[in-house]
Amino acid sequence: MGARYFGASVPRKEDPRLLRGQGRYVDDIKLPGMVHAAFVRSPHAHARIHGVRAGAAASQPGVVRVLAWDDLAPWMKPLPLFGAVPPGLAARVAVTMKQSPPFAICRDVVRHVGEIVAMVVAESRAHAEDAAEQVEVDYEPIAPVTDMIAAAEPGAPVIHADWGDNVAVHFRAGFGDVDGAFREAAVRVRDRIDVQRYVGMPIETRGVIAWWDPRDGSLTTWNSTQVVHFVQQGLVAALGLPAHKIRVIAPDVGGGFGTKANGYPEDLLIPAAAIACRRPVKWTEDRREHMMASAHARHQVHDIEIAARRDGSMLAVRDHIWVDLGAYNTWGIVLPYNTVAHLLGPHRVPALAIECRGVVTSKTPNAPYRGAGRPETVFAMDRIVDRLARELSMDPAELRRRNYLTAADLPYELGIPYRDGNRLIYDSGDFRANLEAALEAAGYARMREEQEALRPQGIYRGIGISGYVEGTAIGPYEGASVRMDISGRAVVATGACSQGQGHETAFAQVAADALGVPIDWVTVVGGDTAAIPFGVGTFASRSAVNAGSSIHVAAGKVRDKLVEAAAALLEAAPEDVEIADGLAGVQGSPESRVPLERVIRASLPTFARAGAVSPDFEATVYHHQPTVTYTSAVHLAHVEVDAGTGAIRLLRYVVAHDCGRLINPVIVEGQIHGGVAQGVGGGLLEEMVYDDQGQLLTGTFMDYLIPTAMEVPPIETVHLEYPSPRNPLGVKGIGEGGAISPPAALAGAVEDALAPFGVRVRRTPLGPSTVLGLIAEAEARTAEGQTGRGA
Amino acid sequence: MTRAVRVVVNGEAHEGAVEPRTSLADFLREDLDLTGTHVGCEHGVCGACTVLLDGEPIRACLMLAVQADGRSITTIEGLAPAGAPGDADPPLHPIQEAFRAHHGLQCGYCTPGIVLATHAFLRECPEPGAGDIREMLAGHLCRCTGYHFIVEAIEAAARALRGSRPPLDGAEGPSPIPRASPPGGV
Amino acid sequence: MKPAPFAYEAPASVPEALELLARHGDDAKVLAGGQSLVPMLNLRLARPAVVVDINGVGGLAGLALRGGTLAVGALVRQRALERWAAVHAPLCAEALRHLGHVAIRTRGTVVGSLVHADPAAELPAVFLCCDGALAVHGPGGERIVAAGALFQGPLTTSVGSEELAVEARLALPDERTGWGFSEVARRHGDFALAGAVALLRRDAGGSADHVRLALFGVGGTPVRGAAAEAELLGREPTAARLREAARAAAAALDPPADIHATSAYRRRAAAVLAERALAAALARAGRAA
Repeated sequence: MGARYFGASVPRKEDPRLLRGQGRYVDDIKLPGMVHAAFVRSPHAHARIHGVRAGAAASQPGVVRVLAWDDLAPWMKPLPLFGAVPPGLAARVAVTMKQSPPFAICRDVVRHVGEIVAMVVAESRAHAEDAAEQVEVDYEPIAPVTDMIAAAEPGAPVIHADWGDNVAVHFRAGFGDVDGAFREAAVRVRDRIDVQRYVGMPIETRGVIAWWDPRDGSLTTWNSTQVVHFVQQGLVAALGLPAHKIRVIAPDVGGGFGTKANGYPEDLLIPAAAIACRRPVKWTEDRREHMMASAHARHQVHDIEIAARRDGSMLAVRDHIWVDLGAYNTWGIVLPYNTVAHLLGPHRVPALAIECRGVVTSKTPNAPYRGAGRPETVFAMDRIVDRLARELSMDPAELRRRNYLTAADLPYELGIPYRDGNRLIYDSGDFRANLEAALEAAGYARMREEQEALRPQGIYRGIGISGYVEGTAIGPYEGASVRMDISGRAVVATGACSQGQGHETAFAQVAADALGVPIDWVTVVGGDTAAIPFGVGTFASRSAVNAGSSIHVAAGKVRDKLVEAAAALLEAAPEDVEIADGLAGVQGSPESRVPLERVIRASLPTFARAGAVSPDFEATVYHHQPTVTYTSAVHLAHVEVDAGTGAIRLLRYVVAHDCGRLINPVIVEGQIHGGVAQGVGGGLLEEMVYDDQGQLLTGTFMDYLIPTAMEVPPIETVHLEYPSPRNPLGVKGIGEGGAISPPAALAGAVEDALAPFGVRVRRTPLGPSTVLGLIAEAEARTAEGQTGRGA
Repeated sequence: MTRAVRVVVNGEAHEGAVEPRTSLADFLREDLDLTGTHVGCEHGVCGACTVLLDGEPIRACLMLAVQADGRSITTIEGLAPAGAPGDADPPLHPIQEAFRAHHGLQCGYCTPGIVLATHAFLRECPEPGAGDIREMLAGHLCRCTGYHFIVEAIEAAARALRGSRPPLDGAEGPSPIPRASPPGGV
Repeated sequence: MKPAPFAYEAPASVPEALELLARHGDDAKVLAGGQSLVPMLNLRLARPAVVVDINGVGGLAGLALRGGTLAVGALVRQRALERWAAVHAPLCAEALRHLGHVAIRTRGTVVGSLVHADPAAELPAVFLCCDGALAVHGPGGERIVAAGALFQGPLTTSVGSEELAVEARLALPDERTGWGFSEVARRHGDFALAGAVALLRRDAGGSADHVRLALFGVGGTPVRGAAAEAELLGREPTAARLREAARAAAAALDPPADIHATSAYRRRAAAVLAERALAAALARAGRAA
């Protein structure tokens, strides 16, 4: 039976309700007797708390309860930590790691602006906010530390006193004779590269509702999370209830991007408040809270150098990396090691030496955000590759062509393990083919000619290229249950949670093909712990591979059962039965076809007889994905820079990529477009800015600038399909990829556009002020050089 | 202390009593249960809460509910008639159809605001170029789509609507706004 | 992010509004379009005890051309001016395109933007350039505040807390006067990092006989480029002279720095934008017969 839906751009099943305004997001849910929470958050970046008093707050109009640590003490367990070093990795890389968990309410020391100190529950959100202003907190400020490099130095104010320093993660990794390669190389270039702090920023903020039912001692909580089962596990630990008494539901979720895959204090505090107040409690994060207290991301410094031959062959890379983790090392090895594992990407480099430090600072804790270390590391690598091209006077596309791995090189093993502890082996793809496809689609040669022709007119256009290879679909598993109802319709339940990725459609395509039913017969349920007992969640470009594979296999098992039942009903051999379009029949005998509903009903026992077969038309499969699949792409940005104002206009943006087989090409393109837009934000606009006292200066959408339709150009996409051998569908993850390369491609394009000035781009975002600053810096360098020669 | 508000929403008269500080967005969502109007920033930047006030797009988070007294409002729920009970797939408005056909939405959070703004926009500018569409769209932050397919959806919606625009509350929109010609142009 | 509680008053006339403002003084805030005030209320950055909503006040919605002067009532929405200006006042139309977005301009008022006095806003600069005047009613009756005397500092004007701005008047450029508008912002619709508005008219001999340059985003208030105007007036506006004039105007600035731009950037960009605005104005300028 061939695929009918797999590979087709099926219109999304979730769209009609979303388009009608009938989506149901957390804030849309209203329960009888529901009350509202607001939080008292630290205004200090680092301070000791000497006391919290409800003061006048408790007697404010509409106030139900004011809750601080002491009121919630029984539930105040450490919040979950992630990113322990897996054994396979520990065996090959010596990692020093320190992790101290935050608590849902801060008791003694606040470590970033926005940390929760107390909670107010009131009849309305406005009343809760009124009262929260009245809660009295006695703070003793402590010196903060905001710069990651300074924070890693001896003598810096220490954020977690028992650590002794601020270095939360430290390791060295690499392979080959790096020192020898650098000694003998004809060309060496090095630079310091900065990647700013920028974040996921979904348009729906976070939100939690909790309802405690004393009748059966169960808790139901709606949470705009990407990881319902993780939230459930956190609640099991804190509330001491069995898992089946805690139902976590992520209804429609308005974007996640990793920001909502983090564990948060409110996940616990709202349920705790619901139990304490015996009322359903709602909290909807406001944008200001989101800015200061939802996970931040990115933010690294690389001291990177590369050694090469005159012909451009790369010989070795050395990199000293600082990763700013914010105030808590919530994610352990994840961000630092992702950074290391993805540095070389598509390039063939025989030797590598990295020293990496994850550093805590007095800022909002960081978490993986769309790319999770990859955009940063690709930025550093592509910057130094572009620098090398300039040093060699070689076209940057040609330099990449000479160093990118091809299909003939794959599978290709990098000399370090992957973050999951397994060998890092690129499974499939052709990175040079990505490059050629992008250059071809862009009309690279013509772009170069045009660039030359326009420069004398003072029109500065530039081309930037960035390539990445991305480990996607991290395991170890995601499950799926597929079952038929009495009408012959199918329900697919999975631990994957959709935040706009179209799971209800793409997973229905996979299930419908495997079952042999129309896609409209399949209902996909995600984001509900009651639907499937075990799950991981949606992040790390993992759901198509992990959940998709489970759905495919489980639906196949259900189909086998349906075939068996149909064979009994039709008095045929199972191998002669086929199911298509929701009908079962004997091959070659169309008149024998019967609706699946009849097959199922015939299997139910009656008083006269047992069913022909047992009617357990259901199967649950937990696909095991030991290691990742490798998605790859080359991005090409074409920009024009106004040398008078520093304003950048993005003229074209081309993506040539491989994510294995495409389940739904239009959904894949949508994922790429969205990722690219976020990368454009990182390249040109977005930055969470703190002052040196750890005060957040970008607290609203007036200051933290996410791109609009005027800043993001149309995006041209070329699909290359190299199926992954690591799962039954041949798919790879694509959720994050679009966001990885744009900052690097944009930086390269701006540097290329301003090459006549000798501009060097070392950091993003490239706002007009920054760009004119770069020109001024280059002019000063040139002037200095001339003076130097004259002297 | 509350004040009375009388509004017509999606053609239906409603009455409520609100605190003066209640935004129109909160009134629509909390008092009228019209939760299709989404709130993304409460400071007028993201555009998710955009509704039509007497046919023109406004930020519902930047208008007090008391100010809407006596006015007529269209929310996303008013764009296409709700289906009869049991009707699984009632017809969408042509703009909604175009968004579906062109994958002009992902998480759907910004979508109602964009669809309503598009409705007003296409009435003023029935044959927009991609640049016009992008300039209009700049008032709406979408974090999922990268805008590419939204632009295509609006182009398609414009084609679909030309000559067959269904009236919305009988509201007649103003005519298109011409642009200044560039300097030196004749 | 809900506002702190406030009392709400909706006067029906200017005298009623003035009476409320006199009674509440600094505790009151006037609400017209609300596109600046309501965000500040929601963020609790503004905490007035009383909000005086003038949307029900009669007689403030007029948009009229009297002689060469455009009179814009306090309740005229930016969008309404934009529609009118598209046909009659292209400079205003172009400036308004850059002011926020359609939904903001649908509610936001022209006069509100002036008295909000954001130094990076477009309309105050247009107002300066067009020799604007603001009619203000207060306890002492009506007074007219010239544009040059209106803007006192960031978000600060010479309109008192017991006064109400009722009408803005702009001297629209005549047909022979060319105009230019140039700004740079982080994104379309954002407040400008720097911007310039220019008017230029030439006499029969080709010399400039009317020059206005206003710069915004480059100081505590929008500022006239007096040095540039002096440089050009009565002279042939050659390309070199425009550049010289723009540089002179920028040299007089001491722009603020913030997270989006340095002071040096704003000065450098102001020179470029002023030159472009002047050049555009020149290109559009006719010549006396």
